[in-house]
Amino acid sequence: MASVDAGGAVAPAIPSELAGAGTARTRRGLHGRRRRRLNLFRYIAFTVFGAFFLLPLLALLRMSFEPAAGEGGWSLAAWKQIVSYTVVGTPSLISRVVVTLELGVLTAAAMLVLLVPTMIWIKLKVPWISRTVEFLCLLPLTIPAIVLVVGLVPVYNWIQQRNVSTLMLFWVYVVLVLPYAYRALAAGLNSVDVKTLSEAARGLGASWFTVMFRIIAPNMRQGILNASLLAFSLVLGEFPIAYLLLYVNLQVEMYSISRNTPNASVLFSTSFAVLIFTFLLLLILSYVGRPRRGRR
Amino acid sequence: MAATTDAGVRPARARRRPHIPSWVGVTPFLAYVAVFLLWPVGIVVWTALHNTSGSWQLSSLSFLGQSQVRTAFVNTFELSLGSAVFGAVFGAVLAYAVATGDPDGAVRRIYTAASGVLAQFGGVVLAFAFLVLIGPIGLLFHASWYLSFPWGIGLIYGYFQVPLMVLVFVPALDGLKVQWREASENLGGSAWQYWRHVAAPLLAPAFFGSLLLLFANALSAYATIQAWENQIPYVVPQLIGTAMTSEVGLSDANQAQVLAVGLIIMVAIVMTGYALLQRRTARWLR
Amino acid sequence: MRSTPRLALAGVAALALLAAACSSSSSNTSSGGTNWATVTSASAGGGMSKLITAAKAEGTLNVIALPPTWANYGAILNTFSKKYGIKINSANPAGSSQDEVNAVSRQHGTANAPDVLDVGQAVALANTKLFAPYKVATWSSIPAAQKDASGLWYNDYGGYMSVGYSSKFGTITSLSQLLGPKFKNAVALNGSPTEANAALNGVMMASLAEGGSASSIAAGVNFFHQLKAAGNFSPTQATGATIKAGSTPVVFNWDYLNLPSYVGVSNWKVFIPSGAVLGGYYNQAINKQAPHPAAARLWEEFLYSQASSGGQNLWLAGGARPVEQLAMANNGSLNQANAAKLPKVPGTPVFLNGTQNTDAANYLAANWTKAVS
Repeated sequence: MASVDAGGAVAPAIPSELAGAGTARTRRGLHGRRRRRLNLFRYIAFTVFGAFFLLPLLALLRMSFEPAAGEGGWSLAAWKQIVSYTVVGTPSLISRVVVTLELGVLTAAAMLVLLVPTMIWIKLKVPWISRTVEFLCLLPLTIPAIVLVVGLVPVYNWIQQRNVSTLMLFWVYVVLVLPYAYRALAAGLNSVDVKTLSEAARGLGASWFTVMFRIIAPNMRQGILNASLLAFSLVLGEFPIAYLLLYVNLQVEMYSISRNTPNASVLFSTSFAVLIFTFLLLLILSYVGRPRRGRR
Repeated sequence: MAATTDAGVRPARARRRPHIPSWVGVTPFLAYVAVFLLWPVGIVVWTALHNTSGSWQLSSLSFLGQSQVRTAFVNTFELSLGSAVFGAVFGAVLAYAVATGDPDGAVRRIYTAASGVLAQFGGVVLAFAFLVLIGPIGLLFHASWYLSFPWGIGLIYGYFQVPLMVLVFVPALDGLKVQWREASENLGGSAWQYWRHVAAPLLAPAFFGSLLLLFANALSAYATIQAWENQIPYVVPQLIGTAMTSEVGLSDANQAQVLAVGLIIMVAIVMTGYALLQRRTARWLR
Repeated sequence: MRSTPRLALAGVAALALLAAACSSSSSNTSSGGTNWATVTSASAGGGMSKLITAAKAEGTLNVIALPPTWANYGAILNTFSKKYGIKINSANPAGSSQDEVNAVSRQHGTANAPDVLDVGQAVALANTKLFAPYKVATWSSIPAAQKDASGLWYNDYGGYMSVGYSSKFGTITSLSQLLGPKFKNAVALNGSPTEANAALNGVMMASLAEGGSASSIAAGVNFFHQLKAAGNFSPTQATGATIKAGSTPVVFNWDYLNLPSYVGVSNWKVFIPSGAVLGGYYNQAINKQAPHPAAARLWEEFLYSQASSGGQNLWLAGGARPVEQLAMANNGSLNQANAAKLPKVPGTPVFLNGTQNTDAANYLAANWTKAVS
């Protein structure tokens, strides 16, 4: 696409952007048109996808307002029961919320400690192992939780004889998070020119530790943030492994609530509440991860 | 040629150290994965191939040949691939919309946080939300295809596949530098040429890696499809569910493990295909 | 540069959490004296008061798969816990019978393992090697056909298979009405018959109503095939949520699970087809490796106590039929008001034995999918 500027210059290989003064308006025009088209696309995309995601949630919300007995109508009964729910033998909802949040932080931190140095190191020094690591990181997804639990029994028996805290779930949660975290971190790492940066840094006398943690990792910030968010929300939404290992995390508690009350709407009010809560939490966390403006 | 930079540039730090091979740095990761993943998987595979008294029992593998089982594997592959492609394509579109916005803007944060939440939203509640929305007594309308496989369940799967794609693909899109687009235009390239020759080869590894992730994500999903319809075992996880939890006497833990081994083999095959594909696309970068 | 302190902070926080988690104490100490794990009855262990003391010393009871709204288990758990001051850990309230035995094998040796089980007949018969024999004080009140002679398992409560439906359909008196056009996508089971006891018995009840017998479930499968052909069969499992949403307005389920109070919908009616009275009882069993053997045995004594606030009457209050109902009606300890509220039984009850259960399951495994696809 050879561009023709306002002056009608015939330089097919040199577009107007380089032709100097008087072309700024054209450049803005070119970029402006493109930007406007892009913005139109973005608005349409956000509207369509927004509707797709919101509609089921609205259906859920509607169901959560049904009264305790009977169909149709509106009532806050299901929402009040979130707080008032107590059943002998099961812990309170708030305690499960707290323990699951702690579990989320623990899992995200452990996953970062395990994966980030490993992936950077692999990219720097051991690239031939990356296919294997990628396969290992995909493996947890391929086995349904029902069957994986059978294999986890010896390990968890050993753990449960030493510590019955629900937080011990983090050991297996780190593994469950691997597929997602690996992909997010890999995407972030790929955009970093690891070789050049590391050669430059080593040439200036940096140790490997400095190269990995003070040069490369900060450039993967978005990938690290996304991996942490993925890990955190996976933990908040995890159900089958906790359920089958007889731990009570947030999702298991919500499932119990839903099966322990004749008011089925309680499942929806609690699910919706947890969704909103997680969303707000992730939103707040996204402010933590971003560098402040003005650095540039 | 990193080795040349080592010589004589760091006199204060130059100490004689025994040479440790580089792969040792990967051992913490490998050890962790060995204990919490490989050992459990090993147990599953071992019990699939041995009977309760400990001797080899390869005959249980023939169970994989039964027609109901074969249909389930085909269905599983179809559903996983279909929902993965749906999620990858639409997710990439949405990711592009998100990534081209203001990096510190509210829209990006909201969509990232929402994707974080919805990527893990599934199971009974999600299936129920769709049932209420477009099921037989749909609040919105009654979709006659809602209860047919794989359309209804494929749409439900798409609901969490798309956000997952957004989360894992946006960092890749962020890596596309504006300068490359400008350079392409400076050299006279059109938008189509930019995408075809510059952006696509750069994004292909991340795209196909994410597609693979979405495929595996749908592969072992159980609670969602079980809540959608549980009278017929369409997919392998439902067969596994019957084998593990049936209380009418049809439970057979060995069967469940054989089926799980089948799933692992399916993923291994898909990963091989993926590796070959990656090697192909890597050539574009040269 | 700025990210380093933040990363360090996150790392410290994670380590602190980890340290807190690792420092929490776990197992409880075992008490000396009688080894209650091998005691086969209260008298053999030295009497009820000794049992109560030992159970209180253990202080905890692990139960599993006991939803509080199922047959009044909520009140039963509460009453037991308050009466003896024993803390109850109720795991996996929505689990199936198979989940219970899976948990017993998986958790053995840990303090979380279930102490007692409440399982369906098929699962009980298949897993007797996991149980410890025990005979409660009221053992003689349990009919001989409803317990294992050596005390490994014993029926606790049961009911009859029924059809619950929304009153918007008027009054239903026979199954053939369900094939009519106003029941599009309406009829559902409580699970898949190849997995869930309640569903298998639902199909068997249909079989009895359609002229089949306890030895053959084929007529029932055929009935559901006809339902499917008419477009009236819903492949979604009926739960409180789907009933409330109106997606499954007709449900085949045990009569104590078709109570309007359990279902959570006020305009709910129940009927049992005449000539198709299919009964099913659940079973109690004690885990041979129970972490709290004395508490487990005390729990059984409580469940089979014929007192007005004992387990048998509490189950009755939940709409289920306690196994000692006949004996209690004879000796006057049965709560007559609650007994009168139970649904009328139009015919002689039929109970499936082990062989019939297995045959039915095998037939379903081979034919159910084809019938309802």
